[in-house]
Amino acid sequence: MGKHVLLVEDELNIIEAMRFLLSREGWQVDTHSDGTDAVEVIRARRPDLVVLDVMLPGRSGFDILDDLRGDAATADLPVLMLTARGQSRDREMAEKAGVNRFMTKPFSNTEVLTAVRDLLYVHAQRG
Amino acid sequence: MTSLNLLVAVSLAYVVLLFAVAFAADRAASRGQGAWFLRSPLIYTLSLSIYCTAWTFYGAVGYAARSGLEYVTIYLGPSLVMVGWWWVLRRLVRIGRSLKVTSIADLISSRYGKSNGLAVVVTLMAVIGVTPYIALQLQSVTASLSIFAMAGQPGGTGSVSEGAAGFWIALGLAVFTVIFGTRNLNVNERQHGIVTAVAVEAVVKLIALLSVGAFVVWGIAGGVGETLARIDASSLGSWQMDGSRWMALTFVSAAAFVCLPRMFQVMVVENDDERHLQIASWAFPLYLMLMSLFVVPIAVIGLDLLPAGANPDFFVLSLPLSQGREGLAMLSFLGGFSSATSMVIVATLALSTMVSNHMVMPVFLYYRQGSATQSGDVRQVVLLSRRLAVLAIIGFGYIYYRLSGGSAALAAIGLISFAGVAQFLPAMLGGIFWRGATRAGAVAGLGIGFAIWIFTMLLPSFGVGAALGAQIFDAGLWGLGWLRPHALFGITGLDPTVHAVLWSLLLNTVAFVGVSLISFPHPMERLQGAQFVNVFDHAVKTRGWQAPDAESEDLMVMAQRILGAEEAQALFRAEAEAQGQGAYLPEPTVAFLQRLERELAGAVGGATAHAMIGQIVGGAAVSVQELLAVADESAQILEYSNQLEAKSRELSQTAAQLRDANDKLVQLSDQKDAFLSQISHELRTPMTSIRAFSEILRDADSLSLREQRKYADIIHVEAIRLTRLLDDLLDLSVLENGQVTLNQQSGRLSDLLDRAIATAEASAPRPVAIRRRYVDETVMLETDLDRLSQVFINLISNAQKYCEAEVPELRIEVGTQAGHTTVDFIDNGAGIDKPVREVIFEKFSRIGAQDGNGAGLGLAICREIMMRLGGDIRYLDGTGGTAFRVTLPEAAAMAAQ
Repeated sequence: MGKHVLLVEDELNIIEAMRFLLSREGWQVDTHSDGTDAVEVIRARRPDLVVLDVMLPGRSGFDILDDLRGDAATADLPVLMLTARGQSRDREMAEKAGVNRFMTKPFSNTEVLTAVRDLLYVHAQRG
Repeated sequence: MTSLNLLVAVSLAYVVLLFAVAFAADRAASRGQGAWFLRSPLIYTLSLSIYCTAWTFYGAVGYAARSGLEYVTIYLGPSLVMVGWWWVLRRLVRIGRSLKVTSIADLISSRYGKSNGLAVVVTLMAVIGVTPYIALQLQSVTASLSIFAMAGQPGGTGSVSEGAAGFWIALGLAVFTVIFGTRNLNVNERQHGIVTAVAVEAVVKLIALLSVGAFVVWGIAGGVGETLARIDASSLGSWQMDGSRWMALTFVSAAAFVCLPRMFQVMVVENDDERHLQIASWAFPLYLMLMSLFVVPIAVIGLDLLPAGANPDFFVLSLPLSQGREGLAMLSFLGGFSSATSMVIVATLALSTMVSNHMVMPVFLYYRQGSATQSGDVRQVVLLSRRLAVLAIIGFGYIYYRLSGGSAALAAIGLISFAGVAQFLPAMLGGIFWRGATRAGAVAGLGIGFAIWIFTMLLPSFGVGAALGAQIFDAGLWGLGWLRPHALFGITGLDPTVHAVLWSLLLNTVAFVGVSLISFPHPMERLQGAQFVNVFDHAVKTRGWQAPDAESEDLMVMAQRILGAEEAQALFRAEAEAQGQGAYLPEPTVAFLQRLERELAGAVGGATAHAMIGQIVGGAAVSVQELLAVADESAQILEYSNQLEAKSRELSQTAAQLRDANDKLVQLSDQKDAFLSQISHELRTPMTSIRAFSEILRDADSLSLREQRKYADIIHVEAIRLTRLLDDLLDLSVLENGQVTLNQQSGRLSDLLDRAIATAEASAPRPVAIRRRYVDETVMLETDLDRLSQVFINLISNAQKYCEAEVPELRIEVGTQAGHTTVDFIDNGAGIDKPVREVIFEKFSRIGAQDGNGAGLGLAICREIMMRLGGDIRYLDGTGGTAFRVTLPEAAAMAAQ
């Protein structure tokens, strides 16, 4: 089973950091920086895991998550959501939309890596 | 002779007894004793028996002897009224008590707008109507005296001079009335002495009549069966009933029962408790029944036993005399005497109150106009006028008695009087039941009814050829055939009494209703009308004074003159205490004026009291609100629903305001949330990079030197970005709070632009060609140059960052607009879409998100700076590219000299 992660994030330096961390763990890291076509890109690339930012240009992460959960092909796709707004309301919205894991920026590298591992493990158990 | 002397002696003793009773009752009442008795339903019911005068005591038998059972009508009418007390009497008593009505004239004048003119009319009519009745009493007493005299001196023609006897009797009655009837000024203070004396007389006359009756039935006829047999045998047994007379007489006696001034006095004015009416409603008819029980037996036996020429009016007296029962005859005489005296006393008392309140006082006040506040006791004037009125009224009765010659039958005179006062009925009933009744209608009805009564009943009573000539009876007034006193409008064949009653009351009612319908009531009439008709509702309060600016002192002086110093002071003190004022005098509030008017009305009548207070207060206007309050029910409902509508409109307005306020709060709260969320995002984003890379640098061992440098560089850039963001936020906060201190400097615009461009280019990601016209820039500035430079730098670096043209170019053009120097920054980029232009000056608004460096605060800061400097910055339309115009403040720019 492959370790393919798609990082949907518009902040260049954050992309850089995540790519470094995840590829060192043996992940194949793809990135995308626009919200508008994010859903199509995810369907096309078929990643094992999506790391999704909330504030994306063009479309919010919540809407993208809604679409993913509404589609049978991506309904079970593990999604780790990241936000810099850090308000409890965002967490509620994300959980309602069906997120697997929700994290607030800034995060510690270990935390992110653990989260990613967990998500993949749980997904593998179920699938 | 002994019998006559004895009779006089007994009569005098009886009068002394009455004096004693009256005196004792007055004393007890003033000491507050014996209220259980003095104010009992028994006394009330007995006092009503002044309805039974000498006319009924003696005359009923005569009436029965002449016309059979027709005498019953005289008892039937009042009984019907009493039994139906709930409808009329209860209402009258309630009105009388709550408005302190002093007489029937007061009632009618109060109802029709407190009109004194109407009170005078009613008073005059009452005096004219009652005078024959008083004469009747005098006649019966003197006649009964002479019957005694004849009996005591057989064959003699009477040693009693009827004129002299009548005179002394009249004088005695006048003295009694003056002494006991005019002690109190306030008619509403019950005349306990007189009422108690009247009650005693009521008992005496009942016992006397019952005794004679019992003597006749069991002493002469020999039992009930025998008596009935004799009645059957007499002509009375085969008596024909005249339906129209019965109806007319019953109706007239019922009307008179409520309209007679003396009946009004005992029934309404002297009423202590409305519940007494309820008891009297069966007790009084019972009394009347007892009074009429033996009338027919006495008449039948009298006709049998006494000589043919004997006057049946005095069978009650002559029957015992003829049987030698002088004791019984004396009792009978006392009964008749009681009937006559009680009627005269109460009638004159009632009439004198009317005369003094409605005729003397208004004239007195008119001649002493504006002097209601002068010192001096008006009460003496009122009392004197009342005493003189008593003497005058009894004098009129005496004169009528002498003129009419004492020949007419008692019953006929009584009926004349009844029909006269019955003319009050339409105005009175209409007044208490019909709000549409007006003063004009009342005057018209009373006037026409009374005129017809005088012409068809009063004047003919003096006999053909006395007041009216025989040719008038035959050919009519002024020779007009339809104006014959006993055949008005050519309708003949009616009984004279029925004829007079029918026409007078019919035309009276027609005129009253008709004129009321076409005339328009004054505000005060409306007010009073509503109060009378709705007396049981309590919905309409007594109103009538507004905006009182009367002086309490003036009111006090006036009240003292009428109520007496002690009572007036007590009244004012009580009011002052009720108002919570420690002072002696209360505030002249509307409520107090009304109360004072009511108190005064009890003493001098409603119209006069109203006029007196009006003299001080200055006119009694009726306010619009009061009129609204008494307007038709429909109008009230309409007004009520209008109020409801207004209320609900107010409520919905308030609700809308609340909704707006809530919306604003929600909006503010949303803005605050959005702002915090933006700041959070702007701070956390660089921090995320810093933390991630610093952890990488710390934990990863196998980083190349190039990687280490690259990551350290990112940390450095992000740290700077964070610092700049904090600087901007701080700057904005300072600017927004108005805490910024401006540093006034002077310099040339071209120098300022040079420096700004240099600064912007130093950190530019890519160069932009800048075009300037240095000739236009020779403008001297006097402002905070550093802040202005900050705006310029921001605009230039925006162009450097966001201009997407192949060969980016920025034109800086200096011009003048309405006296202000403007600096335009125009690039050759794509421009900004119209909807976005609205928000570019807002905090955290960014066009696109490609650039990670801007927090979207730059233009917000520019706008704040220009506002502080007194200038302006806005987006410039129609240039093809992205363009901003900075307008410099007036003082800042001075053309280079």
